[in-house]
Amino acid sequence: MKKLPNNIPTKDELQKMFRMMVTIRETENTLLASNKAGNTPGQVHLSNGQEAICVGISSHLTDEDQITSNHRGHGHFLAKGGNLKAMFSEIYGMADGVCGGMGGSMHVADLSKGIVGANGIVGGGISIATGVAFAKKLDGSNHIVVTYFGDGASNQGVLMECLNITALWKLPLLFVCENNGYSEFSPTKTVTKGDISMRAKPFGIPIWQINGNEIIEVWQTGQEAIEHIRSGGGPAFIEAKTWRQSGHFSRENLVLQKPYRTEEEEKEGLADDPIIHLTPKIDGAELIMKEVKDEVERASKAALMGTPPASNAAKKLMFSDTYKGYY
Amino acid sequence: MVQMRFIQAINKALFEEMARDDKVILIGEDVEASIFGDTRGLIERFGPNRVRNTPISEATLTGMTVGAAASGYRIVLHMMFSNFIYTGFDAIANQMAKLPLMTGGQISLPITVIASYGGGRSTAAQHSDTPYPVLMNLGGLNIAVPSTPADACGLLKSAIRSNDPTFFLEPGGRGGEMGEVPDEDITVPFGVASLPIKGKDVTLVTMGSCTKIVLETAQQLISKDVNPEVIDLRTLVPLDKKTILSSVKKTGKIVIIDEARDTCSAASHISAIVVDEGFQYLKAPIRRVTVPDTPMPYAPNSEKYLIPSVERIYKAVMTLNKSY
Repeated sequence: MKKLPNNIPTKDELQKMFRMMVTIRETENTLLASNKAGNTPGQVHLSNGQEAICVGISSHLTDEDQITSNHRGHGHFLAKGGNLKAMFSEIYGMADGVCGGMGGSMHVADLSKGIVGANGIVGGGISIATGVAFAKKLDGSNHIVVTYFGDGASNQGVLMECLNITALWKLPLLFVCENNGYSEFSPTKTVTKGDISMRAKPFGIPIWQINGNEIIEVWQTGQEAIEHIRSGGGPAFIEAKTWRQSGHFSRENLVLQKPYRTEEEEKEGLADDPIIHLTPKIDGAELIMKEVKDEVERASKAALMGTPPASNAAKKLMFSDTYKGYY
Repeated sequence: MVQMRFIQAINKALFEEMARDDKVILIGEDVEASIFGDTRGLIERFGPNRVRNTPISEATLTGMTVGAAASGYRIVLHMMFSNFIYTGFDAIANQMAKLPLMTGGQISLPITVIASYGGGRSTAAQHSDTPYPVLMNLGGLNIAVPSTPADACGLLKSAIRSNDPTFFLEPGGRGGEMGEVPDEDITVPFGVASLPIKGKDVTLVTMGSCTKIVLETAQQLISKDVNPEVIDLRTLVPLDKKTILSSVKKTGKIVIIDEARDTCSAASHISAIVVDEGFQYLKAPIRRVTVPDTPMPYAPNSEKYLIPSVERIYKAVMTLNKSY
């Protein structure tokens, strides 16, 4: 396991990251409220409490760098530069959503920002990211790819396959395991043996195991891991420990017979909040929070004013070539 | 025109497409050793960056094609036997077939998956499936099933040039069969069936591995003064409905020959279309000659019993009209 680096972000960088973390939190709180009000056709999977990880990593990425995300991907999308209003529109099922209302909450993608897509299949993004990293390598560029997945996805066999291939071919891929302690509704320790990051060890991939709720630690580690990849060193693996403040999905209480977490755990988990940890270090935090709240509210309201896609939109989007002019 | 084997025609298409476009890359298990011979010589010509031997990790390889295709490459994945498609099925069904839609058309996926399919060589149940029905049902994949070297070459070129994901399924064990292939750079369009034999008495719809025996059956029928029209579909998605329906309009009778298991086979889908859109033309029930809903056995006689044969096709045709 790698030692923690000691470089630190500037005050400006820290403030920027704070703003983004608050934006993600505020956005997801708004989505939950919209969901309860019946304004999201489907469910939403919130990443409250995990914001520091994607924000810390993304601050080292450009538009040419790419990410694959997962079902808990709103934060990944926003931190990578995805448009807030276009994401709201997508989740509200509108035509001007970032995917035309065809993907929804679990599938926000914006290729122009290097967001290759979020994924409803647990672990589904890892092999896609490996393919993108293969393309980057063939291009001869020094752009990199980040794949975000959870502790649950770590039990998919495809992770082992991708660790092997990326290490063997020295592909520019950063594996980021956001270990939030839960594999959907099961505590991960009840379905998982050993340390997840150690799964990368036999492949000779450098590993960092960090506190994902401390943005500075994520930022520092991200910088070092990404430097390793950009300099042609091949893949790297970060396991960021965090805690999922929300349930697996927005309104799970309606289908669950009993809680799967104790009140004590909830209390401790909510207190270990990356935004609470960072706030004392930020000048004018309150003002930033207010500005963000207004911005998010405006975006959500504007998105709700949109129009849904044409009922026959889906068919037109398939087979770009084969049926040109067919419909 | 030049005479060449089926496998050489595939090899020719790969060579020509890779030479034509630097963005065409080939990955797969043992593409270097090339046990079928269809990828032979490519690594020597194009190097390991464009022809990449991979680990045996189908679940990852199918996902990688999506990532590489979304990043500007025209990627060809050789999966050897089509049963291995099942091992890689998550990324096929959940990613490849769906992401163009789910991203709102932001990405197109120029992916070609090559695999050998079908039985008849005692490769047993895990190496002899005909998997196109499950692929047809996904709604986002083109499926090419060539039956001649010329079509193999032309359809593979079309697949590689297409911006949509395509499965190119070569009939297993037919690699040695000879046929004429044009010297020129000729593509075979998707969704256009060929009519190797024209006739007026009965329509025989065939695809891929079945075409050879259908043509043999047709000769027997002709010798009995029954004139079949043979339609070789060439692609199952898109499907040339127009040619099928206009033939049925002429003949009033149709037999569909398909090496897939019967339930939800290509044959049953075509039957449904003919009933829906051509019921008024039918003078007799539709017949399907398919594989019963059972895995392929190993013993040659048991395997042969299940696969469509000249005898079964002939019998099916003869039950349609006592006046033959």
